[in-house]
Amino acid sequence: MNEFLLIFRRDLADTEIQPSPEHLQNMMKDWQHWMGGIAARNQLVSSGNRLAPQGKVVKPGAVVTNGPYVEIKEAIGGYILIRADSLEQAAEISKDCPILSVGGNVEVRAIIPMTA
Amino acid sequence: MELLPHLFRTEYRKIIAVLSRHFGLDQLTLAEDIASETFLTAAETWGLKGLPENPVAWLYTVAKNKARDQIRRQLVFQQKIRAAIASDEKLLPQTDIDLSDENIQDSQLQMMFAIADPILAVESQIALMLRILCGFGIEEIADAFLTSRETIHKRLTRAKEKIRAARIKINFPTGEQIGQRSEAVLLCLYLLFNEGYYSSARNTVLRKDFCMEAMRLTLILIENEKTNSSRAEALFALMCFHASRFDARTDEQGEIVRYDDQDVSLWNEELILKGHYYLNLASRGNELSRYHLEAAIAYWHTVKNDPVEKWDNILQLYNQLLCMEYSSVRALNRTYAIAKTAGKPIAIQEAEKLGLDENHLYHVLLGYLYTDINSSKAIEHLYKAQSLAKTDRERILIGRDLDKIRRAVGGEI
Repeated sequence: MNEFLLIFRRDLADTEIQPSPEHLQNMMKDWQHWMGGIAARNQLVSSGNRLAPQGKVVKPGAVVTNGPYVEIKEAIGGYILIRADSLEQAAEISKDCPILSVGGNVEVRAIIPMTA
Repeated sequence: MELLPHLFRTEYRKIIAVLSRHFGLDQLTLAEDIASETFLTAAETWGLKGLPENPVAWLYTVAKNKARDQIRRQLVFQQKIRAAIASDEKLLPQTDIDLSDENIQDSQLQMMFAIADPILAVESQIALMLRILCGFGIEEIADAFLTSRETIHKRLTRAKEKIRAARIKINFPTGEQIGQRSEAVLLCLYLLFNEGYYSSARNTVLRKDFCMEAMRLTLILIENEKTNSSRAEALFALMCFHASRFDARTDEQGEIVRYDDQDVSLWNEELILKGHYYLNLASRGNELSRYHLEAAIAYWHTVKNDPVEKWDNILQLYNQLLCMEYSSVRALNRTYAIAKTAGKPIAIQEAEKLGLDENHLYHVLLGYLYTDINSSKAIEHLYKAQSLAKTDRERILIGRDLDKIRRAVGGEI
């Protein structure tokens, strides 16, 4: 089994979805359930982290800008690390990710193993 | 005489804890010898002369005298052999053995932390706890672990050798040690409880004793403000909730009764309430440990009549618990909760993704899920479960499930 990073992206400027408490509760449940399913197959390596929207981008010449969402429409909202047989299987798992139901997407990246 | 076995249960471990603390943990065998001799003397003397007025005080006095003799002997040895060595406080041990309640409690607490030393394997820690903190006999421990006397004897002897070699000390744990060691202590108590609760041994009385002992030791931890923690409180709540079903989960023959088939009137309300109390205490801070999650799951299992939110909550808690750490039992229990919330067909889909084909409980679960949906599949899985089961007790339980399905389909299969 190889490890894969799943990166969740979402348009943070998108205000079309106005969540209600109930909606939020369900969203949380959906995430827990999706992650729980991955964990139940012993494929969860790390539940990763959720990222706050605030951030800065540091560029050459000591230029610091607020970002990163100014430049990219889809900001990284979080990531997890999973185990899967193949890139295809990792992508298959991502199809059920709740980020998709709010207009976001999942980027699946294989991790280069450091041990032979 | 019923009194002596009872006193052996309650007092043997206290004497050992106090003596080990007094002599040092490397002298564990000596402490055990003195405690054993004390009880042998009691059996002889009381058999001949009848019961003393205060049997417990009598035992303590005899133990103290035997210990004092031992100390004198050591002293003579040290004075003769080590006369040349400059005075060292350790060479002049106190001769007074303190068997007050407070010292007993302290000694047992310190012993718990000493036993949880990472140098010892977890199974050795549990065996030592059972032997010297709970006073169970080697035979009883072997019974519960479904293994031989020799295995347990060896395990204990090796553990004691390690303790001696590593010079593990019984001290009051410092703040730092409490932090480092308490996770191991809690795990040991958790496993000790599980040993009683989930053991395949048929001896129900003994298994219940294990659970009660684990609860007693956890309470000692909670009652001392230095060693108490919200995790310890959550663990205790978990134990209370589980223990509340102890009488309901075995039948008269000592066979396991599945959760769905239990007589809820046998659930112990008092223990459930106690569990509420400690789970509330455990929930004061922000900490959310595995014990908190497991206690919350156990709480929902004490809720009768399956209200809608019950299995939904259990499912969410299992999701969180699995994200914290994987275990096959958790994965299977999560799937059971899915069956209760989303129905058996969806649960079957989830179950078949688990990849636990060699696990007998996986096939028991699928047997349950396919019941009323596809009887021949259900039977197929239960047969597989029976062939993978490790104990007769489990095979009997699975056999009962098989009979039930066969009866339901009217002997067609």
